[in-house]
Formats: sequence, C-alpha cells, structure tokens
Amino acid sequence: MNLILASIAVLFLSSLVSLAVQGKPRIAGILGACGSVLALGLGIVPAVQALMGSQFAPLAFASSMPWLSFSMGLDPISAIFLVPIYILSGLVAVYGTGYMKPYAEQKNTAFYWFFYNILVASMVLVCVARNGLFFLLCWEVMALSSFFLVAFENDKVEVRKASWIYLIASQLGTVFLIPMFILFGNQSGSFEFSSFYNCLTPAAATGCFILGCIGFGTKAGIIPFHVWLPEAHPAAPSPVSALMSGVMIKTGIYGLVRMITFLGMPPLWWGMVLIAIGALSGILGVLFALAQHDIKRLLAYHSVENIGIIVLGIGVGLIGISTGHQTIAVLGFAGGLLHVINHALFKGLLFLGAGSVIHQTHTREIDHMGGLIKKMPITALTFLIGAVAISGLPPLNGFVSEFLVYMGSFSGITSLEAETAMPLAGVIASLALIGGLATACFTKVFGIVFLGEARTIQLDHVQESPASMTVPMIILAFSCVVIGLSGPLVVRLLIPEVLAIVPISGPFVFDPSEWLVNISIVASGLVVLIILGAGFRKFLLSRRTVGQTVTWDCGYAAPFSRMQYTASSFAQPLTDLFSAFLKTKKHIKVPADYFPAQASIETHTADPSNERVYRPVFAQAVGLLSRMRALQQGRIQIYVLYIVVTLIALLLWKLR
Amino acid sequence: METEIIAMYAFSIIHMFVGFALAPLMIGIVNRTKAVFAGRTGQPFLQPYYDMVKLLRKGAVYSRTTSWIFRAAPVVGLACAVAALAIVPFGNAPGLLSFEGDLVFFAYVLGLWRFFLVIAALDTGSAFEGMGASREVQFSAMAEPVLFVGLATVATLTGSLSLSDMIAGLSLPLAEIVLVAAALFVVFLCENARIPFDDPNTHLELTMIHEVMVLDYSGPDLGFVLYSAALKFWVLGALIIGITVPLDEGLPVWASCGYAFLGMVMLALLTGIVESVMARVRLLRVPQLLAAAGALAICALIFSMR
Repeated sequence: MNLILASIAVLFLSSLVSLAVQGKPRIAGILGACGSVLALGLGIVPAVQALMGSQFAPLAFASSMPWLSFSMGLDPISAIFLVPIYILSGLVAVYGTGYMKPYAEQKNTAFYWFFYNILVASMVLVCVARNGLFFLLCWEVMALSSFFLVAFENDKVEVRKASWIYLIASQLGTVFLIPMFILFGNQSGSFEFSSFYNCLTPAAATGCFILGCIGFGTKAGIIPFHVWLPEAHPAAPSPVSALMSGVMIKTGIYGLVRMITFLGMPPLWWGMVLIAIGALSGILGVLFALAQHDIKRLLAYHSVENIGIIVLGIGVGLIGISTGHQTIAVLGFAGGLLHVINHALFKGLLFLGAGSVIHQTHTREIDHMGGLIKKMPITALTFLIGAVAISGLPPLNGFVSEFLVYMGSFSGITSLEAETAMPLAGVIASLALIGGLATACFTKVFGIVFLGEARTIQLDHVQESPASMTVPMIILAFSCVVIGLSGPLVVRLLIPEVLAIVPISGPFVFDPSEWLVNISIVASGLVVLIILGAGFRKFLLSRRTVGQTVTWDCGYAAPFSRMQYTASSFAQPLTDLFSAFLKTKKHIKVPADYFPAQASIETHTADPSNERVYRPVFAQAVGLLSRMRALQQGRIQIYVLYIVVTLIALLLWKLR
Repeated sequence: METEIIAMYAFSIIHMFVGFALAPLMIGIVNRTKAVFAGRTGQPFLQPYYDMVKLLRKGAVYSRTTSWIFRAAPVVGLACAVAALAIVPFGNAPGLLSFEGDLVFFAYVLGLWRFFLVIAALDTGSAFEGMGASREVQFSAMAEPVLFVGLATVATLTGSLSLSDMIAGLSLPLAEIVLVAAALFVVFLCENARIPFDDPNTHLELTMIHEVMVLDYSGPDLGFVLYSAALKFWVLGALIIGITVPLDEGLPVWASCGYAFLGMVMLALLTGIVESVMARVRLLRVPQLLAAAGALAICALIFSMR
C-alpha cells in the first residue's frame, strides 16, 4: 500500500516539477515521463501482489470535512484495473516524449505533462479510494485533467468544441453518480465503502443499479451515452487518446463492478439489462466504426464496441450469479475482466500506431493514406498485431477473453431453462456478428492505411517514428502475443478477483484455466505451423525465378494509385446494408456530359444519439434557461437588491 | 477399452492424412458433376492435384506494390486450414485436438485466415481485388452468426461443448437437425465461394469474390491458396456430414469413417448439382439469403430449447 502512495506522490511531484521547468520543454518532458515510468515501477509491485492474492491493510486519513475521509484500500478488483493503468501510462509517457517534440515550438508542453501525471494519479486514486466522497473527488480530478489534455490544441475551433462536449458529458455522468452515493450513504449512515455492502433495500438497490449504469456507463462509453468518445478522441493528442481509451474509460467499468459487489444478490433482469446494453454497444459501436474514415474517430467507436464486449461478459456473469451457476458466473466475469486488460493493451497500441502515422502524414483521413508499410515497417507490424488482436482472432489476447465469454454463454445455453438461456444465445450471436464486423473494419484500416499505394499523401518525407515511439508499441504488441499464448496463467491470476465478485457458496471447483490450456496448445501449434509453412515456401522458391511486375489490372495500361479501393468503398456494402441505423449522408457529384471532367463523392456518418437525443434535449434546455436571462439585467443596483432580498428572506426564515 | 481409445486416436491421425490427401478430390468431383450436367466430358477427377503440383514446381511473380503481407497470407491460410482439420471430427473418430470450446476456435481460426486473405488482396492495390475483399468481409460477417447459432443449437441438443462430443452425441433425426443442416449448408456454400454466392469459374468479371481476391498470386503461393481452399471445403463439409449423418456409436471406427467419406462425396455431388441448376444470385440478394439461413438456425435453436 505504501508503494501505491509513493507512486501517487511521485506522479504529483513530477507534474509540479515539469510545470516548474516550463521554460525548457525538453527537460519538462523527460521529467514528466520519468514520473510516470517511476510510478509504473513502484505501483506495479503491490498491484501484482494483490492479484496474486496478497492482503493489504486499508489506510485511512481523517479530514476536517464531514463524511469525507481519505480511506484507501487495495484488493484484487482494484488491482486488475491498476495493472493496465500503470503499464499503459508508463509506456504512453515514453511515447509522449517523442510525440510531443514537434509541439514544443508552438505550445507549452509543460502543461501537457502537468495534466498527464495528474490524470494518471487520479486514475490510480479512483481505483484505491474507499470512501464515496473521496471517490467522487478523484473522479472529478480525473475528468478535469483529461479535459485539459483533450483541449491541448485549444487554438483549433473543433478541438474546443470537442473538449466542451467531453466536459459536459462527463459532468452529466457524475450527476447520476452523486444521488447514487447519497442513496448508499443515506441507507448505511456513512460514506465508507466498507459500510456499503448489502446495506440497501431491494428497491434502493434497483435505483442504484440504474443510476450507476448511466453514471459509470457515460464514462465507459456505452451506447447511447457514448457521444463524447468520437468527439474527444480525434481532438486529443494521440498519446492522450491511447491513455483515455485504453484505461480511463475502464474506470467506468471499475465503478460498475465495484457497485455490483455492494448490491448483494442481483435479480435476473440486471444481467439481462447488461447483456442488452452490451450487445447494443458492441454491434452499433463496430457498425459506426465501419462507417468512419477518420482513423481516430474509428478507433473511438471501437472502444464503444469493446466496452460492449466487456459489459456482455459482466452480464453473463450476473446471470450466472442469479441462477446459481458457478461456471457461467466465473467464465463471464473472467472474460469481461480479462478483456479490460486486453483492450487496454491493444487499443493503447492501436492509438499509438495511429498517432505514429498521423505524426508522419499529418492527416487523420484513412482515404488519403496507403503504402505506409514500406516506409514505417515497425508501426505497420505492431498495428497489424493490434488489429488481429482487437478482431478477437487467435493466437492473440483478444481471442482469449472473447473465448471465455463465449464459453460462459455456451455453458449457459446447455444447462439453463429456455427463458434464461435465450439471452445467452443472444450473446453468442452478437459476439459472432461483432467479430465478423470487427474483422471487416480492421482489414479496412490496416489494408487502406498501410498497404497498396499511397493515395494522396506524399510518401517521400515519411519515415519510421523515433525509437521513443516505436519501443512502447513493440512492448504492447509483444504483450498481446504473450497473453494470447499464455491464457491459463493469466486467467489463474484473475481467479481471486473473480471470487471477490462472485459470492460462491460451497467449495470453488471450477477453474476456467484448464480449458485455456488447450487454447494455448492449439494457438502455439498454429504459430509453429505458420513457421513450418513459411520454411516450406522458402524452400520451394529457392533457386527459382521470382519476378517482379505491376499489379494485374485486367490489361488496363495505366493503372494509378487513385484507382485503388478506398476505405469508404471497402465498407460501402456493409454501410448500405445497415443504412437504417447509420443514416450515412452522401454528397455525390455524378459525372456529366460525354467527357466528364469532374466527379466527387463525400460521405458523412453523424451519430444519431447525438443528433436525435442530445441535440434536441440541449436545445430545449437552452430555450428554458434563456428565460432566466431576465434575472441578469447587468445593473448593479438590481444585483444589490437580490442580495438584500435574500438576506431578509434568510433572516425571516431563521426568526420563524 | 484402452485399445479402443488408441484406435480412435489413430483414426484421428489417419483422418488428418485422409483429409490432406482427399480434399482436392472433392473439388474434382464438384467440377466433374458440373461437366456432366452441362453435357461435357469434363476434366479428370484428379485435375486439381495436377494443377497444384504444377503450381508448386513453378517460380513466382509478385507485384511491386505488394509487401510481405502478400507473401505471408497463403502460409497463414494453410496453417489455419490445417488447424481446423485437426479439430473437426470425422465419422466416429474425434478430432485430433478435441477440447471443450473447440467450436469457437474452429470458427475463429477460419476468421484469421480470412483476415490475412483480405489484407493480402488489399496489398496489391488493385481495385478488383479490393472489390472482392470488400464483398468477402461483408458476406462472412453475416455468415458468422449463422454458423454460431447453428452450433449453439447442436450444443443445446447434446449438452456438450466440443465439436467431437457434440457430433458423437447426436443420434435421432430431429427436425432441429434438418433446420441446422439447411442453415449450415448455406454457410458452407458461402464460405467456400460457391454458387449462389460466388462463381468459382469466372476470373475477370465483377461478380466474383474469392477468385478475384487471389488474382495476383502465382506459383507455389497460388498452390497454397488452392490447397487451403480445398481443405476448407473438406473441414466445413465434415462438420455438416457429422451433424446430418448420425452414426451408431457401436459402429467400428473404420466403417464410420467410410460412411462419412461417402457423405462427403454426396455433399460434393450436391454442391455440383446446386451449381449446375442455379444461377449466382445478385449481390444485393446475398444478405437476404444469409438472413434466411439465420432465421432457420434461430428456429432450430428455439425448438431445441423447448
């Protein structure tokens, strides 16, 4: 526990120090990154120990404010979220030293490092806080520091707009969390988490569940509360996107899981609600991702999809608890929580890869890119590993967690009654559809960005990013492979964490890691087969003529790079098929006359929950609130009158 | 008892080699069936073997646009096909690597293959291959849920979670099995790029999917691609045969494998007949066909949960 405190102290200290040396951006960057890396070294030790089952005594510091106490604790549930937070923030900080270098001339990068380390510290604190008010305090520090990071390039209009949307969305989420904690505090008589367990009446528990789903779901980015993700991620600097998407949105999942442990025995419909939310977020998330051609916006929608998969896993787990089936509960929670770690690794990797590409090409438009694999081989290879992993394909880590959720659902449909088995069958079908669509989406991104010929960008000045940026990506890609091949070991680490959530009556008999041993064997076998096949191919081609030519374009004499398929044309059959949800707007200028000189097509897919839910609601709110302007006359006399009236009213109330 | 288990595993290994050896023959049977329907003599049954051997002995030509992805994809595809072959059961012989949840691995390893085939097509920078890749991901994204719902039905009927146990556990000719088999046959035709989804005969029309994606391959790489496609035909076929041809557990393993092989030949004949009597449906109709298959699978699942 002391090491966690030390890591938080280091983070705060380095954020202040980097602000103090803001005149020298290079030093500020190095000191800032050192803070995160040092925190990684300090904090990872107790976090892993907690995962292995070590017990840590809770800490508490009293405060002068009523109800608030700075109590902290470390248990497996916290640890599972702390591990990716420490790892990713350390790696992203190293990446940031390279990424932020070009900004140093125009902007004060010391502010970046200041808020970056505050953000990391606040995420750690959110996971270890054991007091409702303290939790909310850290939650707000997290929201604000990430707001300033999103708004880093605040000289651009669209960045300012996006960061406001982010700030308002995260505040709206908190609006639902405050009554939830008040309910808890009211019924238990204290804001300490330790007093929250099973303190609620069933009605209050239902209320808390709904409030928590909305409040934490807004941070996590479940549909329809996801509106800030596709706005904030393209606006933020890429390392910030990686950190926010990789770990910050997971604090929403942490809150959800922590809340579930307080509520006691869940009714069956909670699990079904979570499955419905998860399926909706997963399928719509990946569909909207498919329709995007801004690489970071696309990745942001994929975060929505992956949060959907995590929520599906938790939903399966809850159904397992409600129906008393240990196997289903353990598989569901283990799958969902392993996906938390996995998504942090591959989504962090993909955002860093996207950042590396944007850094070189200065555009986020996928349709302008192409052929980058020849100039940026390391970025391409690591991005490919991330793309295969996020599509949930073996032998990488995404497959392991999706496999667990699949198996939870499969064992559910074979052992449960039809009414409870049907939602689980829905989980299977949704995961299959999500998997297929994710493959479509990531073949599109990788194929269009890195393969083929460059479309409109100039490749001459493009080169591989510096080692400070590629090394973190290599480490992340490597860990995706390691988890993919060593599933049973990782899942064994997860068992204490799952046991902390699943109230198991009787002995713990089911161990999902036994099933994963087989997955590891076949996945390793697959790798061996690929290597053997490559050797065989090399043997066949040795001492034979291997020629080079142009791509066969059916005899057309002058193929050029603009004739290639683009990301939009690649996704068009699917976006047309699902146009009922996507409502993609097309602006087409068809070729006219006998010798057409010009034609163009532009597509834009707006977010319907933004267009149809948030915008009308906010328009109404603005309409109502503008009536309040009558109070704001701008004349000092009137304001003085308000003060006098208020004071008299208070006096009368006191005298009464 | 132990000798029986050993015999079973021996047959699992033998099935691997039988699959390796006979998979291209199925393609030959399909082609011959089509020829007979068209009133032609047709190519010899062994023509696919001749083609592959010839390709393996040739050099290769690559486009300057391509990168290592293009060269790696056929190898990854072959490895994935072999992995799938090791999982699928044949007759009474379980898959060589049969374990709880192998059905998920089976479907996803085919997904990995598709991933690489698609990015290899995009690697050439050709509009034709991009078009094929785009259609491939569209149709497979829709076929995937059908496959999973079909397998979920079989899992519910038998209460087991590995393909080998599931297929061994099926006994009665139930209505559910007919529905699942119909749905899986549609998936089989779609995944193997057969009519009515794709026309394996055409090379240079805008109608095809799989053939156009591999347009730039030559030499051993093309041989790998053709051979893995034949293996895919075999593994998905073995799955359907396993579900539709219920075998008595008391049957000797060699006899059950014989029946399963007969079933495979019938499936190849059926595929050839479908290709001869049907036209390729319009691309816009393909999702409807897959949705219909999905509806069949969902009906089967609901029946199985009674």
